[in-house]
Amino acid sequence: MAGITLLVLLIGLASIFWQLARARAVQFRRAVRFGSLPAQHGWTVALWAVLPALALLVVWQIAAPALVTDAVLRTPAAADLPPPGFARATLLSQARALATGHGAESVEPLSRRLAPAYAAATRRSHWIATVAVLALAIGAGAAALARVRAGTPARTRVERLVTALLFAASLVAILTTAGILFSLVWESGRFFATVPAQRFLFGTHWSPQSIVDDAPGDVLGALPLFWGTFFIGAVIAMAVAVPLGLLSAIYLSQYAAGSTRRLLKPALEVLAGVPTVVYGYFGALTVAPAVRRLGMALGMADASSESAMAAGLVMGVMILPFVSSIADDSLIAVPVELGEASLALGATTSETVRQVLLPAALPGVAGGVLLAISRAVGETMIVVMVASAVATLSVNPFASATTVTRQIIDLLTGEATFDSPKTLAAFALGLTLFVVTLALNIAALALVRRHRVRGG
Amino acid sequence: MIVALACLIYLLVTIAVQGVGGFVRTTIALPIDMATASRGPGPSGPAMAGFVDAAAVRAYGPGGARLISDGAWMAVRDTLRADPTLARRRFVIHVPASTAIDMAYKHGGTPAADAMIARLRPHLGSELNTGFLTGADATDPTRAGIAGALEGSLLTMAVTLLLAVPTGVAAAVYLEEFAPRNRWTDLIEVSINNLAAIPSIIFGLLGLALFLGALGLPRSAPLVGGLTLALMTLPMIVIAARGAIRGVAPSVREAAMGIGASPLQVVFHHVMPLALPGVLTGAIIGTARALGETAPLLLIGMRAFIAGSPGSLTRPATALPVQIFLWSDQVDRGFVEKTSAAIIVLLAALLLLNGVAVVWRARVERRA
Repeated sequence: MAGITLLVLLIGLASIFWQLARARAVQFRRAVRFGSLPAQHGWTVALWAVLPALALLVVWQIAAPALVTDAVLRTPAAADLPPPGFARATLLSQARALATGHGAESVEPLSRRLAPAYAAATRRSHWIATVAVLALAIGAGAAALARVRAGTPARTRVERLVTALLFAASLVAILTTAGILFSLVWESGRFFATVPAQRFLFGTHWSPQSIVDDAPGDVLGALPLFWGTFFIGAVIAMAVAVPLGLLSAIYLSQYAAGSTRRLLKPALEVLAGVPTVVYGYFGALTVAPAVRRLGMALGMADASSESAMAAGLVMGVMILPFVSSIADDSLIAVPVELGEASLALGATTSETVRQVLLPAALPGVAGGVLLAISRAVGETMIVVMVASAVATLSVNPFASATTVTRQIIDLLTGEATFDSPKTLAAFALGLTLFVVTLALNIAALALVRRHRVRGG
Repeated sequence: MIVALACLIYLLVTIAVQGVGGFVRTTIALPIDMATASRGPGPSGPAMAGFVDAAAVRAYGPGGARLISDGAWMAVRDTLRADPTLARRRFVIHVPASTAIDMAYKHGGTPAADAMIARLRPHLGSELNTGFLTGADATDPTRAGIAGALEGSLLTMAVTLLLAVPTGVAAAVYLEEFAPRNRWTDLIEVSINNLAAIPSIIFGLLGLALFLGALGLPRSAPLVGGLTLALMTLPMIVIAARGAIRGVAPSVREAAMGIGASPLQVVFHHVMPLALPGVLTGAIIGTARALGETAPLLLIGMRAFIAGSPGSLTRPATALPVQIFLWSDQVDRGFVEKTSAAIIVLLAALLLLNGVAVVWRARVERRA
C-alpha cells in the first residue's frame, strides 16, 4: 500500500515542521511582544506542508489511471490492439489485472505482452507521485517556515484555515445530495431516451428477463412494481405496525410503571437495531411458509410462498419500534395540563387517552406514519429475501408480489454491462424511489412541525 | 407491546436454537493406516483427499466416502503435520462428518437416516467447530466459515469510521458554532436531514455510479463499500454530534470567551471535550447501523463467492450481513444452521457496540 506509506511520511513531515516552527516562535517570545502562541505558528506551518500535498495526491489519484493507459498505448506492443471499443477495453483491463497481480486464468496473449508495460508505467507513476508530493510538502512547509516572524498573524491565519476546513466538511453533505441527484437523473435520462416515460410509469408488463434490444419499453412497465411496493409497504406493513405501535406507545407513556418502562424501552430499541437481513432470513424461513399454509387453509389454490402478506408482516414487525417511538414522543409532547384537566373533570385514563391525548397528538403520529411508510418503501433486504421476483398486479395478499427495491437489486446483480437498458432501468426505479421517499419525508416533517407550533 | 416483545423473543429463540448447531460439528472416527499407502500420499490436495476417501471406504464399506466432509483430508493432513511419527503407524482420527450425517445426528430425519445414525453411533462425536470462526466461505457447508466475511466487514468499517467520523464531527462543529444563518447553511441543513431519511439502497446506486462508474475503483472492494457506507452514516453522525455540542452549557463557552480564548480555542479546548462522549455514542450507533447494512454492498458487488480472506482494501471481499444473505439463498440444508450461527455472531457484535454506547451514555449522564 504505497498510499498509506506516503500518508505516514506526510504526517511525519508535518510534525517535524510543527516542531521547527514552534521552536522558532519560542525564540521571539523571549525577545519581543508576540501576537500568537508558538503552537499556532506550528499549526500554520504544518497545515501548509500537508494540505497542498494532499490536494496534489488526490488530483494525481484521479488522473493517474488515464496517464498510465496513455503511456502503455505508446509502447510498440500496443500497436496490435484493436480499434477503440469493447474488445480493446477488455484486453487493457486484463493486462492491468495481470500487472497488479490478480491474474485471471484465461488471458489473451496480447494482454500478457502488455502487462509488463503496465507494471512499469504504474511503478513510474507511483514514483513521480511520491517525489512530487513530498517535494511539494517540503517546499510549501519551508516557505511557510521562512515567514514565521514575530509579527506574523499566525493565530488569525490558522483559525481561518481551520474554519475553512470545517466548512468544507459540512459541504460533503451537499455534495452527496448533488451526487445522488446527478447520477440518478443522468442515468435515468439515458434510460428515458430509449423508453418513453409514460410507458415506464404506467406500463403493466414487467419482465426484464425477456428484454429485446429494439423495443425494451414493452417489458419495462413498472406499474406492478409500484403497486407491489405500495401494497406491501404502505398497506400490509402499516396495518401491522400502526395499531401495535400506537397501542404500545399509549401503554408505555400512560399506563406503564417507571420500572416497566425502563425495561421495555431498551427492548424496543433492540428490536429496532436488528439488521434487516436478519428479519429477512427469519421471514423466509418461518413466516413465509406459515402464511402459505394459512392461505391454503383458507382455500386459495394460488397461495404463494413468496406472498405480499409474508413480506408485509415481517416489514410491519421491523417498522413497529420506529412507529412506537415516534408515537411515544408525540404523546409526551402533548402539554401535561391537557391530560390533567381531563382527569380533573372526572374522565378515566382511557377516556383521557381517547378523547384528549390522541386527538392532540394526531398530527405528530400521522407524520410518524408517513416517515414509517417512507422507510418501508425503501426497505430492501426483507423484500429481497421474502417477496417474489415476479411482477404481478393483484390485490390478493396471498399472491406473490414484488417491489421497486427488490427489482433494483435483481437488475443490478446480474452480469449485465453498465450501459444496458436493464441497468439504466434500475437507475430510473431508483429515481422514482428517491422522489417518493423525499416527498413523504417533506410531508412528514411539515406535519410534525405544524404540530409542534400548535402544541406550543 | 406484548406482541412486539413476543416477536423479538420468538426471533431470537428461533435463531439461537438453530444457530447453536452451527458452532458444533459432528465428527466421525476414521482409522488411517499410513502403511497401506503404497507411496505415502504427499500433502497435495487431490492425492490426500483420494487417500482419505479410500480409508473411509475401507472403514465403513462402499459409500463410506460420502460419510465424511469434503474437507476431512485437511484435518488428516494437519494431524500428520503436527505429529510426523503418525506417518509410520495406524491411528484413529476424528474427522468432520458430511452434511447429511451432521444433520441427521443433530436433528434426526428420515427413518433411513436414523437407522444409519444408529449403526454409526459408536463412531460419531461432537466438537466445537473452530473452522467456522477461522475459515472463509466454501461450497461445502461443513467447511464454510465466517472469518473472511468478518475481515471484510472490519476493513469496510475501518474505512467508514476513518472517513465519516472526522468529517461528520467537523461538519457538526461548523454548523453549530461558526455557521452564519444564510441560504447556504439552510441548504446544508436540509440536505443533511434528507440524507438521513433516504433509503440505503439509493446510496448503493450512488456508489455504483460514482465510485465504480465514474472513478473506476475496483468492484467488490472493501474500500468502495467503506466509502459508500461512510456517505450513508455521515448524516447520522452529524445529527448526533450536533445534539451533543448543543448540549454543552452556554456558560462554558462564555467563561472561556471571557478569559480571552478565540472562537476556535473555545470549541477545541472547552466545548469538544465536554461533547465528546455524546459524539462518540453517535459514532458507535452509526457504526452499528453500517455494520448491519446489506443492500448498498450488494449493489457495489460485494456478493461474490470469496473463498479466502481479502487481506487488502482493494481486493474483492464480502461482509458479514452479505454472507448471511448469500448463505440463506443456498439450497444445502447444512447452510441453515450456518446462517443462524453467522446471525448470532453479527447480533453479538451489534449488541456489544450498542452496549458500549448505552453504558457510556449512562456514565456521562450520571456525571452531569
